[in-house]
Order: sequence, then C-alpha cells, then structure tokens
Amino acid sequence: MSFQLALELLPPTLADGLILGLLYATIALGYTMVYGVLGLINFAHSEIFMVGAVVAVELLTYVLAGSPLHPVLQLALAMIVAAAVSAALAGLAERVAYRPLRRSNAPKLAPLITAIGISLFLQDAVRFVESLFGQFIRPFPSMPFFDIPLPLTPNDSIPMKSVVILIAAGAMLVGLRYTVNQTRLGKAIRAVATDRMAASLMGIDVNRIVMLTFLIGGALAGVAGTLYALQFGRVDPFSGFIPGLKAFTAAVLGGIGSIPGAMVGGIVLGLIEMLIGTFVPILTNNAIGTEYKDIFAFGILILILIFKPTGLLGRPSTEKV
Amino acid sequence: MKLMKTLVAATTGLMLLSCAAFAEDKGAIKIVTQSPLSGQQSVAGEGIMLGAQLAVAQFGKQLTDMGFQLSLQPEDDQATPNVGVANANRILNDPAVLGVVGHYNSGVAIPSSEVYAKDNLAMVSPANTNPAITDRETTHAIANRICGRDDVQGPAGANFATETLKAKKLYIINDKSAYGSGIAQTFEAAVRKNGANVILSTGMDQNETDFSSILNRARVDQPDLIYYGGTYPQGGLIIKQMRQKGLKAAFLGGDGLDSGDLQKIAGPENMTNAYFTTTALPLSQMPAAAAFAQTYKAKFNKEPEVYSAYGYDSARVIIEAIVAAAKAKGGAIPSRAQVAAAVREVKFDGVTGSIAFNNRGDIASAKYVVIEAGKSADANKIVKIIDVAAPGGS
Repeated sequence: MSFQLALELLPPTLADGLILGLLYATIALGYTMVYGVLGLINFAHSEIFMVGAVVAVELLTYVLAGSPLHPVLQLALAMIVAAAVSAALAGLAERVAYRPLRRSNAPKLAPLITAIGISLFLQDAVRFVESLFGQFIRPFPSMPFFDIPLPLTPNDSIPMKSVVILIAAGAMLVGLRYTVNQTRLGKAIRAVATDRMAASLMGIDVNRIVMLTFLIGGALAGVAGTLYALQFGRVDPFSGFIPGLKAFTAAVLGGIGSIPGAMVGGIVLGLIEMLIGTFVPILTNNAIGTEYKDIFAFGILILILIFKPTGLLGRPSTEKV
Repeated sequence: MKLMKTLVAATTGLMLLSCAAFAEDKGAIKIVTQSPLSGQQSVAGEGIMLGAQLAVAQFGKQLTDMGFQLSLQPEDDQATPNVGVANANRILNDPAVLGVVGHYNSGVAIPSSEVYAKDNLAMVSPANTNPAITDRETTHAIANRICGRDDVQGPAGANFATETLKAKKLYIINDKSAYGSGIAQTFEAAVRKNGANVILSTGMDQNETDFSSILNRARVDQPDLIYYGGTYPQGGLIIKQMRQKGLKAAFLGGDGLDSGDLQKIAGPENMTNAYFTTTALPLSQMPAAAAFAQTYKAKFNKEPEVYSAYGYDSARVIIEAIVAAAKAKGGAIPSRAQVAAAVREVKFDGVTGSIAFNNRGDIASAKYVVIEAGKSADANKIVKIIDVAAPGGS
C-alpha cells in the first residue's frame, strides 16, 4: 500500500469511524447507567432503542413531513417524542419485569432472562403493529438538509447529519455527566449505586431512584434511535439487535458502569471497526476481505480486556456510575 | 384480518363449489401453497398464495367436474427453513395433498423439497432461482420451477455490465447468504471471463448498515460499477451511501433488489445509474397480464405482487398435471408419483409466458430482464429481456 493511498483514505475513514463510534456510545450510555445502579445488564435496551428509532421515523414521515419547521427543529421534536416513548417503555420494563424480581430477592441471573423476554416481546410487538399497516422496513424520510456536504479536507466532505450526531452525542454525554455529578438526583443515584441498603437508610427512596435511572436510560435510547435512523436511513423491528450488541461491547470495553467509559469504548470500537474494514483488505491485497472485520475488531477487544479486565476507564472498586 | 377474511371467503367458496359436485364424490384433492405469510417477506408470500387461489378458482372446475373435491390449503413457512420443513412433514401425512406451490426462499425450498421427495409429492416453485433447487439428485423427480436460475441470471448481469455499461473496473459485494454469495460468484466468474478487472470482491453481513469502509476505498479506486449480491434492505443503503459519498459508479444487483422498497430506502434523489436483473417479468411485459390483473384486483381488492402471476401459473401447472394423471387413470384419483410425472408433460401458455419443463424440472426457456431502477418502482424501465434455455437439461 502506498503512503499516498493511506493518506487519502485516512481522513474519511476516521470521520466515519468516529460517527459510528458515537452512535454506539449513545446506546452504550443506557447500558452503563442501569448496570452502574443495579448491576443488571438490561438486554431490553437494544429494543427500547429500536422503538425510539421507529417512533421517530413514523413521526417524521407522517406527522412532521411537509411542515414549515426547519429540519433541525423537526428532528428535535421527533427526538423528544421518541425519548418520551422509550423512557416510558424502559420504566414499564423496570416496573413489570425487574422490580418484582428484586423484591423477591431472585438470583442475579433471573432479571437477565426477563430482560431477554422483554426484548423478544418488543421485537414482535413492533413487527405486529407495523404488519397491520403492511409495513416492515421503515425508511427515514428524505430530508436534503442533513445531506448537505461540509468540507473536511480538500478532497473529502462530511454530510450535515454527521455534525448533528456529533453535537447531539456530545450534549448527551455532558448532560448526563452533569446530572450524575452535580445534581441532587445524581448524588442519590450515586448513593444507590454504591450501597442500596445504606442509601435507603439515609432516607433515599431506592425504587424511585432506580425508576428514574431507567427513565433517563430509556430517554437516551430514544435519542440514540433517532440519530441511528438519521445516519443509516432505515429501521425495522429487528434492527436494534446488532447495534445493541456492539453498544454493550462498547460499554464493557470502556468499563461498564462508567459514563465516560461508555463514550470512549464506543468511539474506540467504531474506529477499530472502520480502520480494519478499510485497511486490512488493502494490506492483505484483498486476501482478507472487509467481511472479517468483526473478527479482528473483537480479537482486539479480547486483547484489551486481557490486559485491562475492568475496561479502559473502569475502576476495580465498588465505586460505580 | 383482511387476509383472514379473504381466506375464509375463499375456502367457503371452494366448499360450495365442491358441494355442487357432491353427487359423484370421488374423494378430496388438496393443493398446498407454502410461502411466507408473516414477517418481512409476507407481501411477496401472500401474492404467491393469492395467485394460486385465483388459479384454483379458475381452473379447478376441471377437477370438480370429474367428481373430486378440490381445495387450496395455504401454509405459512415464515421464510424460515425449519418451519417450512415442519409444514412439509405435516403436509406429507395428509394423503389428499397432491401438489405444492412453493416456496419464496431458496433456503426454505431446498430442505422442504427433501421431505416432499420422500413420497414423490410434486413441488412447483414460482420464485426460487438457486440452481440447487432442481440440481439435486434426491429431488430430481419432484422439484420444478417456472422461473429462471441464478447461474444464468449472474452471467446475464455480467454481460450487461461489460457490454452495455462498458464497465472495466468492478467492485463486487455479497451479503454472505446462500442466495447473495451464489449469484455474486456466478457474476464474478462471468465478468472475469469477459475481461473485466474485479478490484475487490467481499462479503458484508446481512445485518450490516454501514458500508463506508468499502465505499471510502471506492472513492480512491473509482470502479465503473459496484455489483451487489443480496436483497433490497442493504442494496438500498449501498446506493444511498454511494451517492452521498459522491460515487457516480453504476450500481447493479440481482432479483433480490426487485422491490418497491428499494427506492424508499435509497431515497429517490439517489436513484441514478442503478440497475438490477430479475427473473420475474414485470406484469406489463406479460401478454395475458391485463386480464389477470383485472380479475386479481376484482377478487382480492389489491394489485398483484411481483410473484402473483408466478403463483397463479404454478398452481395451474399442478391442476393440469392432476387432470392429466386422473384421465390416464380413467378418472380415478391419481397417486402422487403419477402427478409428479405428469407435471413434466404439462404445456400451456400461461400469464408469465409459455410453460414447459425440461427433464430436470427447470422451465425449458426462461426470461431474464435487466431493469433500470427509476425514482420509484413505477418509474422502473426495462432495458432488455433475454430468453435463455435452462442449462444442463434436455
């Protein structure tokens, strides 16, 4: 591979990797929040994310299409509604599938199974509702504003939507960090995460805090779903699974329970995936195609976790969130 | 719900029909359709089922006049191999079933037909293009199809790419599925033979949504054409991401892209210089299609789907075969093996073209169509239609 070629390919690859990574990161935030507080992997998170994406697409297609509002405002409105629906679903899942198990002191693996149950239920529920209208794949409506190219290097440009994703993901991280570290609610969340029993003895309503954690995680999933639909242009009832899996990986890679960790893990995973997908086929003269990128990406993850088992930013203590 | 109502109405209609002939009852005959009636591909699967239903309503009279009770039994294979096989086992145990119209997916048809073969139950496929459908020894006696084959479709696309589009540098992407990698391989072999340079040939998982690692490279290599062996959910995304990255290269794919959703996913503004090959002739190209579309619409209150006419002709093949086999037996109910043998002798001019089989069960001569995808499915333009005899048979 010539140096020239590498130089030419690097900027767009890094830009695309960063955007993919940020999308993983925004989903990973929800996994890491709930894990930080409850020590529970909420596998239904990927489907709550998918519902958010579907709601946003339907809203933009049927309600906001043709409205005089600026595209960014339309997207913001869709995000808010998607966040509300996803938050409500996450709260419902906590109320129906997780809290009863906590109350009856079920073993730690039990909520994992109910999470998978909720996940399957949501997939088929969305599939059923869409099938009533004869739909399955929901394409993101055409909004030319988000495709306006912005110059990156003399040869390359990035579309407007990449900037939107960059700003939204940044705002989500900063907002969440602020909430957890600077507010009364954040203090209560951290207290519950550190020791649930002690927190309740201090007068904190643990169930309320757990519920709020789920609501925040769900709302973030709704926003992430909208951004995902914007970037890739289509969603279907099963499109939550793979991004959810990758985001979970990102959360573990960054150190599950850590909010900046989720962000770093997502970006690292996105960059690794994109760099390997682009450069391994070139370096091996196409002997190893892009199709094997996940094997390499996950191979690197195994190496990182061998040397840093708690993840890039994870701390080996009981301190969480 | 609407579907259920149509089903109920249709079955009642058929029962009434058979009651009329109750006077001289010689036994029940069932024709089964196996296609996806739920899930992502249910629209296509329902089209096949309704087409078959229309054929039973129109041509079933020959059998009811002979004193048989004829009914159509729709089965949902959910586009899933193990569901198709489970249905197949159940169907096989019902002695009244004499023929199967199915399937929509090659991956479902192959294992299911192994079950049918156990008792020589004839299968006529409206849509399966994978060569293995008719190429396996085990199912030689019973597997038939009235559509084309991927080992002809791939090369047909390749000739179009190198001769008409004059493509010299190509990228080939497949979705790692049996269908996608199969058609991409036959395409690749043919373009190489035509002297074109395949710069990159790679797979991308069916669930993948981000193709930028391939497309960024394409911006440096500047291929003349990107071929995709796969289906429209990813195909649409590739077109969209190509155009958004400023790639002006032609896009070409197989019949997996033949869906109105292709344009919706890619975005109409990105549909430039995009083509696909298909074995399903558009209705506009079928001589008897106008009448078919009219009756179909009157009966089911919806437009025919891409494979509706193929479902219709497949069911008609089975009905004609049963009639011929019954006549040969002096009007008695024929055995499954006799029906399967009679299928190969069936000849008629159907809605989809002239129907006749070679000794392997392939349609003797199939049409392959190259289509230029427009801004919507209605704006699709036929570039050319080629008639090719099925390879390997006689």
